[in-house]
Amino acid sequence: MLQTNLKHVESEAQYSEILQNNENVIICCGRMGPMCVPVYDAMEDLEKEYTNVKFYDMEFDIPDAHVIRNLPECRGFMGLPFTVYYKNGKVVTATTSIQNYEQIKEILEREF
Amino acid sequence: MESNQYDVIVIGAGPAGLTAGIYSSRAKIKTLIIDTGTIGGQMILTFEIANYPGVESTTGYQLAKTMKNQAKSFGCDILSNVRLTDVEFDGKIKSVTINEKDKYTAKAIIWATGGRSRMLNVPGEKKFKGRGISYCATCDGDFFQDKEIVVIGGGNSALEEAVALTKYASKVTIIHEFDHFQAFEHAVLEAKKNPKISFIMESHVQEFTGNTSLEKVRIKNLKTSKITEMSIDGAFIFVGYEANNDFLKDKEIKLNDWNEVVVNSNYQTSVEGVFAAGDALAKRYRQITTAVADGTIAALNAIEYINRK
Repeated sequence: MLQTNLKHVESEAQYSEILQNNENVIICCGRMGPMCVPVYDAMEDLEKEYTNVKFYDMEFDIPDAHVIRNLPECRGFMGLPFTVYYKNGKVVTATTSIQNYEQIKEILEREF
Repeated sequence: MESNQYDVIVIGAGPAGLTAGIYSSRAKIKTLIIDTGTIGGQMILTFEIANYPGVESTTGYQLAKTMKNQAKSFGCDILSNVRLTDVEFDGKIKSVTINEKDKYTAKAIIWATGGRSRMLNVPGEKKFKGRGISYCATCDGDFFQDKEIVVIGGGNSALEEAVALTKYASKVTIIHEFDHFQAFEHAVLEAKKNPKISFIMESHVQEFTGNTSLEKVRIKNLKTSKITEMSIDGAFIFVGYEANNDFLKDKEIKLNDWNEVVVNSNYQTSVEGVFAAGDALAKRYRQITTAVADGTIAALNAIEYINRK
């Protein structure tokens, strides 16, 4: 499990349930690596501000993370983490590699 | 004392800034640390730290967390992921404005904004970041299993990471602008004896191209001016670091030609009451240990400065 203060997605079933029951969702799928930690950190701060969005992380190396790894929107991604934004269960934006606070905020503003 | 008034404001929460915060808050100096990114600075961009004395092998993330907790335990306030929008360093009372509206004042400032990996700044670099271009071999190396990649740079990071990447890639080509490497001899030897590694010297990368992912790199030979195109699956860029001092351009603090802060032996900048520490400084060796030392000295001098006033 990732050592963050975010809520974790731990299975495919939980993933489906989250997308089904929430309008705005962001899931950051990664490891506790140098490019991933700053994204989790920014999300932890943004979670307080964007109460209309559900913030989650997911461990990249668990088998069920195929739900993110194999998304068509993540095809060609070769940098961790994969950060995916969902509106009504559909992917609206996906980013690869490190993103800073401002970049994530800009997407949240634009999409949600 | 009002909540926005501090004795010292530390700008930057890497090892230098956190150390300064630990020392000043432990000395009962009211301290605020602010950072425009994640607490830990470049430290958290390091997977394994094995040479920090007194601490057995750890991660940058863990060491940063420990330093943050130490600073907080002494009463230091810390704000991360903020936007630095204005600074006024002249006069006895200095001010720092974040997020355009929140103004904080202090008697002294410690500028510890650190540095960042330098980008090549060539066409295609931003477009293919995470889509073939990476700045972290340990993070992204396994995406390049049995692929052909290039490593750009000639310092220790470039040579060591090139060797590490041969664990995954089928072929690694190091592209470097000079006819010799800046890396330590042992790193060069390791790379040279690795059968998967080849070298393109005295050459510049001019452009990265591809469709949705990186496919080719355009290389210019600096001696012959000949341009060649090479098909690749990935590129790892390690071309050094630069100081995070963009905010100080056109400000009163003296910088050298490389945009690094110049300090005196007390770590005071050209402005009275403004100290500096860590990778933002003009200095030769940039290590966590040297940043911690800088932060200590800057904080002790700032404390003395405040107590004299």
